[in-house]
Amino acid sequence: MEATTNGNGKTLKVRYFDIEENPETHYLNAEKGIKSWLFTVDHKRIGIMYLASIAFFFLIGGILALVLRTELLTPTENLMTAEQYNRVFTLHGAIMVFLFIIPSIPAALGNFLLPIMLGAKDVAFPRLNLASFWIYSIGALFTLASLAVNPIDTGWTFYTPYSVQTGSAVILMTFGVFIMGFSSILTGMNFIVTIHKLRAPGLTWGRMPLFLWAMYATSVIQVLATPVLAITLALLIMERTLGIGIFDPALGGDPVLYQHFFWFYSHPAVYIMIVPAFGVISELIGTFSRKTVFGYWAIAMSSLAIAFIGSLVWGHHMFVSGQSELSTVVFSFLTFFVGIPTGIKIFNWLATMHKGSIDMKTPMVYACMFLFLFTIGGVTGIMLGAISVNVHLHDTYYVVAHFHYVMMGGTVIAFLGGLHFWWPKMTGKMYNEFWGKIASAFIFVGFNLTFLPQFIMGSQGMPRRYYSYIEQFQTMHQLSTYGSYVLGVGFVIIAVYLAHSLVKGAQAPANPWGARSLDWMTSSPPDQHNFKYQPVVSNGAYDYHKPMADFTLGIAEDPAHHGHDDAVKVEAEKAEIR
Amino acid sequence: MEYLTNFFLPSAESTYAANVDALFHFINIVSLILLVGITIAIIYFAIKYRRKSQEDTTPLITHNTTLEVTWTVIPLILILIVFGWGFNDYVEMRTPPANSYEVYVESFSFGWNFEHPNGIKESNNLTVPVGTPVRLIMRSRDGDVLHSFFVPQFRLKQDLMPNRNTYAWFEAKNTGQFVYFCTEYCGGGHSMMNGTVTVLTAAEFDEWNEEELGRDLDALPLAELGRLVYQQAGCQGCHSVDGSSRVGPTLQGLYMREREFTDGSTRIADEDYLIESILYPQELVNVGYPNNMPNIYQQTLSEREVLGLVEFIKELQ
Ligand code: HEC
Ligand code: HEM
Ligand SMILES: [Cu+2]
Ligand SMILES: [Cu+2]
Repeated sequence: MEATTNGNGKTLKVRYFDIEENPETHYLNAEKGIKSWLFTVDHKRIGIMYLASIAFFFLIGGILALVLRTELLTPTENLMTAEQYNRVFTLHGAIMVFLFIIPSIPAALGNFLLPIMLGAKDVAFPRLNLASFWIYSIGALFTLASLAVNPIDTGWTFYTPYSVQTGSAVILMTFGVFIMGFSSILTGMNFIVTIHKLRAPGLTWGRMPLFLWAMYATSVIQVLATPVLAITLALLIMERTLGIGIFDPALGGDPVLYQHFFWFYSHPAVYIMIVPAFGVISELIGTFSRKTVFGYWAIAMSSLAIAFIGSLVWGHHMFVSGQSELSTVVFSFLTFFVGIPTGIKIFNWLATMHKGSIDMKTPMVYACMFLFLFTIGGVTGIMLGAISVNVHLHDTYYVVAHFHYVMMGGTVIAFLGGLHFWWPKMTGKMYNEFWGKIASAFIFVGFNLTFLPQFIMGSQGMPRRYYSYIEQFQTMHQLSTYGSYVLGVGFVIIAVYLAHSLVKGAQAPANPWGARSLDWMTSSPPDQHNFKYQPVVSNGAYDYHKPMADFTLGIAEDPAHHGHDDAVKVEAEKAEIR
Repeated sequence: MEYLTNFFLPSAESTYAANVDALFHFINIVSLILLVGITIAIIYFAIKYRRKSQEDTTPLITHNTTLEVTWTVIPLILILIVFGWGFNDYVEMRTPPANSYEVYVESFSFGWNFEHPNGIKESNNLTVPVGTPVRLIMRSRDGDVLHSFFVPQFRLKQDLMPNRNTYAWFEAKNTGQFVYFCTEYCGGGHSMMNGTVTVLTAAEFDEWNEEELGRDLDALPLAELGRLVYQQAGCQGCHSVDGSSRVGPTLQGLYMREREFTDGSTRIADEDYLIESILYPQELVNVGYPNNMPNIYQQTLSEREVLGLVEFIKELQ
């Protein structure tokens, strides 16, 4: 047997390790009691706590969505007044964006997986990681408090001057979002440092799973863009409490300035939401096609390209806001360039499936759904980038449909795929494959039924954030509402069989899908310290043409202590990038 | 074909609408081709290359430069076309002809005022002549919030701000009535802030001008004056006259009905009550409604107009 790895200039003694199936002790039962969770510095437990939190907020946001859709079943009052409706859509949007989707893949799946994929024991700053979770929780509490005081009715964008004038609890809400921003920044920093510093011996940049590249790009955006949101919200709070005129014309401020500030963060935030999804999809398609991911560097670099270009296009939300025509033209021009790296990714994933060995397990079903739905989200984005067409479609249901196709059809679907994919790893249990497929069918049908009609009524002229509408739009609104019920049923099915698997599910093997990256080279659920040995990497994350055993190398401890000695001497090799 | 375009877009009623539509259809068609291609590829690969046994092996294909350049360059060309096309039409949308007819537009929560060059004022309806470029000089009322003027059939949209003017223009191709909406979220009455653009022939427009200029408001019967004020002073945005609840209670059947207030008191809605609730809306607040009726009518309405409103409400039984 010959294995080479760069050992940082040193010669490493490595050997093969066996992965323990269904271990007695693992991270879930290594320590007991509520405190062992709340004060843990184990990234896996923190990931699980994030997962529980976002699942809770997705439930709340989802219920609010169904309430909205039910109100829109007819143009007249069904459940609530216009004021209540405005509060509900604001909360739905704010909860989904700030409490659910931004932390969803990075903070839940990312926290759990990132150190394991790197072959590390934990993130670089475990305590800071716990602090992030607590900061997120405190921010969430402020948000919930605003619900109790006087639910906010400004829309999740908090546009001035309305947000300065309204009587609802804008300060509590924005303060909550302000606090949560710090959680996002700290997590981002932690991940960047971890990826730089804690890669296992031999895990060069070019061997990293693409999920890590995506997390890296996301973290960069989180660190660079979130402070601007914090500043904007701080200024808004000062304006409301101290009467300093910044954004409110009544005080001598300028509302367009607010919009620039807000979207300077919130457009890149769209990539905080979608880039991690790209990472998940690369893992799913590689694994279930059992094939080297096509164009590894193109996919890795396009995430960074998206992060970069995506920071320069915020003005495309403001084509009709009264910003100068020149800005409008420049922002439109730049916007289209985000489409290129995005398109490249889609084609690369398709090429990966070509000549693969495709296993249509539930996660792969979601990956294929993602390709379809996200393509729709993407091309309708091109539509909205075209200035003349944007003038017609801006702030109509076309936009509502577009961003749901991206956020829900893209990120949520990828998240579901990832959740199913790593469920066995996280919980040690297998879910029911049959019900997994049934639920995915409900979600696919329900999703399209909910949001396809919105494209049509939007281009017909139905404005968004409308409590009531003219009769012409009723058929489309009704289709959309019925679709949302189907979608709701899909989520209930998922919740039921996942919960069931925790109690009655079959024991999961360490590597149920035959994947190659390090997250599968440890038992399910993983050991408290991730690995029982220090992994050493000698292959790319998708080298399916190499035997599985090549992926379980680790540093051989003093061989004298181990009777069976199949340690191999590894050629020292200069680190490629380190 | 016509059926299909009408399914997606409202009829094109301004001079530049057709260009916008052409680009809309172009992007849709290209997108559809792309989407169908991708979908077929997914399904075909999923069937053709489905896993036959756990021992399946796959070829090692890391990349293919020709292929990758192709699928970068073709989309690049397409987006440049789309950008240029959209840019070109946008320039037209932003460049009003020199001799345009100019209308001042004022938005407020929750309604619209229009003022014509000859001094005619309208609310929640804008009357313009056909085949004439109309330039809108727009502004939100002082101290008010943002609104946006959106006429789907003209493919026209522009936000209004309280601190500076914004502009838009259109030229209607046909006569008729076209609905407009407010598309910048502005609070409880946002979805009721719609109105109409009425496009008349040149002759009809002249006639309308004469009629409006010659009308003696003082000679109007009170109830009719009241209806006019109801439409023009923004009451319409918050109060319906058909029994449905908007931001505020409906005015239908209000006269002589018992009202309940947040301070626990009740009162019969007689003439005095109606006058007080218009002039001093903050004094008594109806149970179940926000306390957000504008406190401006002592200044903006004449005594006769308030009496007109009361007569108008009395007739809504
Ligand atoms: C911004 C929305 C808004 C506008 C504009 C508005 N109102 Fe109101 N109005 C309300 C609300 C909300 C209430 C109920 C709360 C209250 O009693 O103050 C109300 C109450 C009333 C009442 C008492 C109704 C009852 O059931 O007791 C009358 C009468 C009334 N408005 C008339 C008018 C007239 C006439 C105008 C136009 C000159 C007008 N309102 C403009 C929101 C509005
Ligand atoms: C469960 C399926 C969902 C349904 C039925 C649904 C429905 C709706 C509806 C009816 C609106 C109001 C549209 C308007 O009038 O402007 C809305 C707005 C919004 N939704 Fe959803 N939604 C769903 C899921 C999601 C998800 C998963 C996200 C993000 C992760 C999301 C993010 C938003 C945002 C950001 C808004 C805008 C709120 C605003 O305008 O302030 N939604 N949704
Ligand atoms: Cu954007
Ligand atoms: Cu509005």
